[in-house]
Formats: sequence, C-alpha cells, structure tokens
Amino acid sequence: MSSVSVRQIRKSFAGLTVLDSVDMEIAPGEFVVILGPSGCGKSTLLNVIAGLDERDAGQIFIDGIDVSDLEPSQRGLAMVFQSYALFPAMTVRRNLSFGMEIAGRPKTTIAEKVAWVAKLLQIEALLDRRPSQLSGGQRQRVAIGRALVRSSSICLFDEPLSNLDAKLRAETRVELKQLHETLRSTMIYVTHDQTEAMTMADRVAVMHKGKVEQFAHPQSIYEKPASLFVAGFVGSPAMNFLQGRLDHAGRFQVGDIGIDTSGYGFEDSSRERDVVLGIRSEDVSVVDQGTPESIPATLAFTELLGADALSWFQCLGKRFSVRLGVNEARAMQPTVGLCFNMAKASFFSAASEQRI
Amino acid sequence: MSYVVSSRNATFGSRAARIGMYAFLVASAIFFLLPLLLVVINSLKPMEEIRQGNLLALPINPNFDAWVAAWQSACSGLDCGGVRPGLWNSIKITVPAVVISTLTGALNGYALAQWKSKHANLIMLLVTVGLFIPYQAMLYPTVKILSTVGMFRSYVGIVFVHVVYGLPYTTLLFRNFYIGVPDEISRAARMEGATFLRTFWSIILPISTNVLVVVGILQFTGIWNDYLLGLIFAGNDSMPMTVQLTNIVNNSRGAAFPNVNMAAALITAIPTLLVYFLSGRYFVRGIAAGAVKG
Ligand SMILES: Nc1ncnc2c1ncn2[C@@H]1O[C@H](COP(=O)(O)OP(=O)(O)OP(=O)(O)O)[C@@H](O)[C@H]1O
Ligand SMILES: [Mg+2]
Repeated sequence: MSSVSVRQIRKSFAGLTVLDSVDMEIAPGEFVVILGPSGCGKSTLLNVIAGLDERDAGQIFIDGIDVSDLEPSQRGLAMVFQSYALFPAMTVRRNLSFGMEIAGRPKTTIAEKVAWVAKLLQIEALLDRRPSQLSGGQRQRVAIGRALVRSSSICLFDEPLSNLDAKLRAETRVELKQLHETLRSTMIYVTHDQTEAMTMADRVAVMHKGKVEQFAHPQSIYEKPASLFVAGFVGSPAMNFLQGRLDHAGRFQVGDIGIDTSGYGFEDSSRERDVVLGIRSEDVSVVDQGTPESIPATLAFTELLGADALSWFQCLGKRFSVRLGVNEARAMQPTVGLCFNMAKASFFSAASEQRI
Repeated sequence: MSYVVSSRNATFGSRAARIGMYAFLVASAIFFLLPLLLVVINSLKPMEEIRQGNLLALPINPNFDAWVAAWQSACSGLDCGGVRPGLWNSIKITVPAVVISTLTGALNGYALAQWKSKHANLIMLLVTVGLFIPYQAMLYPTVKILSTVGMFRSYVGIVFVHVVYGLPYTTLLFRNFYIGVPDEISRAARMEGATFLRTFWSIILPISTNVLVVVGILQFTGIWNDYLLGLIFAGNDSMPMTVQLTNIVNNSRGAAFPNVNMAAALITAIPTLLVYFLSGRYFVRGIAAGAVKG
C-alpha cells in the first residue's frame, strides 16, 4: 500500500499537449480508474507515473517521496500493458521470474513467489508454455501475474481487459476486484469502458484532452457530473441536454416555457445567464401534452431492453431518451409532454461548460 | 445440379492454372540452372574431351581429376597450390566479419528502432545514404585511412572493411524488423529493471532468429563472394579464395585448363550453396516474417 500523488504534470509530444497540468492524490490501497475517450492521454499519464515517459514539468510522489527522476524499476511499481507485452521467447515461468532474476533474488524465493502467483491466478498448468501457446485470456492472466509477482505496492493497468471477449471481460473484472480486496495494493487502472470504471473504482478520474475533468466516487460522477463533457461521456444512453436561460427569478426558460428549478441545489447563485440543462433518461417523466412546466415532444421510436424500455422523443429539435416501464412504453401516445426531476438534474454554464 | 458442373469447371480451371504455374517454374529453373549444369559437366571432363570443343556434350569418361588439380595443384602465378590455401583465408575472413556485422547491426537496429527523435531519423537517413554510395567511391579514402592506422593490406584490415561496409545494410534490415516489434515489450522489460543491453540480449535477440539467419546469409554470401575488397585490402597472406580463383583462371603461364578453372569456380561456390541449402527454410521464413511484420 502506497500513496501516489501526481502534481502539475505536463507532457507534450512534438508541440501537441497531451497532459495539461494533471493533479491527482491517490490514497494508499485505493482503486482508481482513469476513464476517458481514446487519445485523451490516459496511457501517457500512466507511462509518466511509471517513469517510462519523460514528463515536461511537474512531479510524481510515491509515499511522499519525489520519484520524478527515478528509473521505472526503482519506483516500486508494476504495470500491465494494453498489449500484455509478454516476453515472446520466454516460458510463462521465466516471464514471471525475469524481474526477480535481474534484481538478484535468491532462487528459492523466486520459485516460491512464482508458485504463489501461479496459484493465485490459476495459471499453474501454463508455466512451461510460451506466450504464443496461450489464449488471449491466459496471456492476460500471465501479464497480471508478472505485475503481481514482485508484490509491488502499486499496480498500474493499461486497459488490460480490452482484448477480451465480453464474457471473459466480465469475469476477469470481478476477479481483479477481488484480487484488489485480497492484496490491498494501490491500483491505477486505465480504461475507456464505463462499466469497468463504475463497478471497480473507489474513485474515477475522467480525463478529457489531457486534463482531469472530475476525480470522484463513481456514483457522484454519474449523478453530479462536474462538466458538460463528463455528463455527456459517462452513462448510457448519454445524458439529455437542453439549452436555455436562467431568468432573474431562477426559472429555466426554454422557448416560451418556464420551468421551476427550486428543487435543484445551485452551487453558485448568479442568474440571468445561458445554461445547459442535463437530465438522465430515468429522471424524465412523461405527462399529457400541455401540462404546465412540461416540454412538448413527439415519439420517434422505442427500444425494448427486456427489463425496461427506452423511448426516444423529438423535443425542441433534439433527441431525448426516456427510460420507462415496458408496458408504459407500449401504451405511449405519439405526442406528449416531458417533465424533469429537478432534484436529479444538472445545470452547466453555457460559457464555461462547468456545473453550476 | 448446376453447382456440380460449376465445381467441376473450377477444378478444371485451377488444374490448368496449376499446370501453367509449374511449367513456368520449371522453365525458370532450367534457365537459371543451365549455366551451372554446363560448368559441372565440363569440370568432370578430361582435357581431351574439352578440346573437342562441344560444351554441351556429356562427359564420356567422367572423373574428378580436374577437381583434384583445382583443389591442390592449379597454378596462379608462381605458386601451384590450387585454391586450398584461399579456402582457409576466406573462412578466416568471412566468419568473424559476418558475426560482427550481423550482431552489431542488430544492436544498432534495435537502438535506432527504440530511439524516437528527429536525430534518429537523421541517422537513419545517413545510414541509407551509406547504403547507396558505391564501394568504388569510398575505396580511396578507406585505403588512406587504413594505411594511416597501419591496417592496410592486413587480415584485421579486411575484416574491418567488411564489417564497416556491411553495417549500413545490416543496421537497416534489423531496424526495419525491430520497428515492427511492439514497443511495450521493451517497456515491460524496463519495468522489470532490465538495462538496455540486458533487454536486447535476453528478450530481443531470442525473437530475432529468422532475421538473424536472413541477414547472416546475405552477409555470408556477400563477403564470401567479394573480390574487389579482398584484392585491395587483404594483403598477400590473407587473400580470399575469390582472388585466388581469378589468378588461376587468368594464369598467363602455360596452357589453359578450362576444366580445372570450372572445378575451381565450383569449389569456391560450394560454401554459399551449402549455407543456402542448410538454412533455406529459415531464410524463407525470415523473409516472410519481415514482409508481414512480427
Ligand atoms: N510517442 C508519441 N509520439 C507522439 N504522439 C504521441 C505519442 N504517444 C502518444 N501520442 C499522442 O498523445 C495522445 C494521447 O495518447 P495516449 O496513448 O495517452 O491516449 P490514450 O488515452 O491512452 O488512448 P487509448 O484509449 O486509445 O489508448 C494521442 O493524441 C497520441 O496521438
Ligand atoms: Mg492507451
């Protein structure tokens, strides 16, 4: 268990800023997921923490000690790579023991450690095979084993499950989470899979264009996204957005309809400005058209999802998704009104795109 | 029923294509093998049959007299020891030159593939330029440099020249192979605490067998068959076989013995042929591996 702090890290490749002042304080034993779209700098951040990529500015602290200028192997962390990166010409056993051989650990210790990790990950039967003789899932286990075998107090994972099929991915996700419960090492886990982020993380850092947009508990990222980007990126279907204006009385004006926002806890009280209302599909209710404070909408189509249904409406020129019971969705009128649960809504400043 | 007909047509079509392909392959094989066949036939003929002047005739009394003569008694200039002494010289030159230029090329190639900066591209450009400058243009400066350091016309000198002239080539081939090896493998090794050299030796070299064989063979053939560099840089004591072969063929004293010349040429070619036969499988695999990456 070690703490990691990332302070003001900047990094650019040939003029392209990839990390823009990244700050992150990670507590000992925490499971942190870094979530973000492709190319937002997740791998780069991980590589900078590991020491595999040079940073341009800023520092990395591990347990309060500045490790920014140390070699990767001296930072006491282990890493699982996106492509597994097993050593092709070595057996699984040597893949696991290579690092300890270099560190000059005694043979008996190495053998014990390898046996321990092989049992933990159930790869005992594979020890004498080469990576090319393993399936994707087995390779991935070996890669995790190689990271765990030296009992590093910090493990970095770069999308370790992205090459697995859906079923195996779901299984491994649970196993990894259990592994974390047992080992209690600090884990930093990169993914662009939301389910992984929501289910595994103690805290999620959502990255966008080299910046951490929000670093919080997964539930609060879902419920109280800090910015328009986070709101649109997290959750499926994506959050519904409606452009409008807050008037002097604090009502949300969209077209000639005014909606009372007293149920919403504003973080700042400035009024009279352009805002974006964000609302999840489960926080919209369907009422008769013409009901006060409702927005007129026409039904476009309905997706039955088994347990519930998603109805898609055309509303003020935008697509709106509403999560409904299956029967309710089946009986839907073609023209209705939509009402929003203000307690669960999010408002963003149209100018800064930040939550207000 | 129609699919039966069409499938029969298909087999007919593919069989025709197959026959055509084999015909082409046999024709090309004959085209390339015919000269070799002529040399073999005539090296087995005694002088009387050669004098009859029909190159294409099969030997009436085939024997290895010409081969024996070529091996141990053919004359080049004043000494009449055949190509035998040259064989040892050639081995002494070729083996270290091949090993050093191949391994150094691999190390260089790996370093260049790893090193991602503008400087690396510049160096790659220079290496490529080095590849395209003809030997002849570099001969004089090389002679000058080697004379200054006292290595001109010596054994060490000729090995050195082969290594240096081979390096751009081997470096380029290895670099192109290593570019295709995922970067994360080297990064993983670094996480495990392996140094650059340790990574190269324990992880990268073992996955390079096919390229090593291809580059090794190309270097071997190139250096073994070299004549010009050997003639200029080797010095009298370490003249390679090719130089001796030319001397035998061009011997102006006494009568000409075409059968002996042909036998000597064949003896000189045997090692390269052997290398191809013994490693043909790796060679093809290596070339394919280079082509499709990985
Ligand atoms: N070695 C490099 N040289 C130049 N640009 C690079 C390099 N590595 C990454 N980049 C750029 O930096 C940006 C961030 O890359 P990074 O690999 O960190 O993305 P990522 O968030 O991990 O994406 P993904 O989810 O696709 O893995 C990308 O725009 C990429 O093109
Ligand atoms: Mg990545």
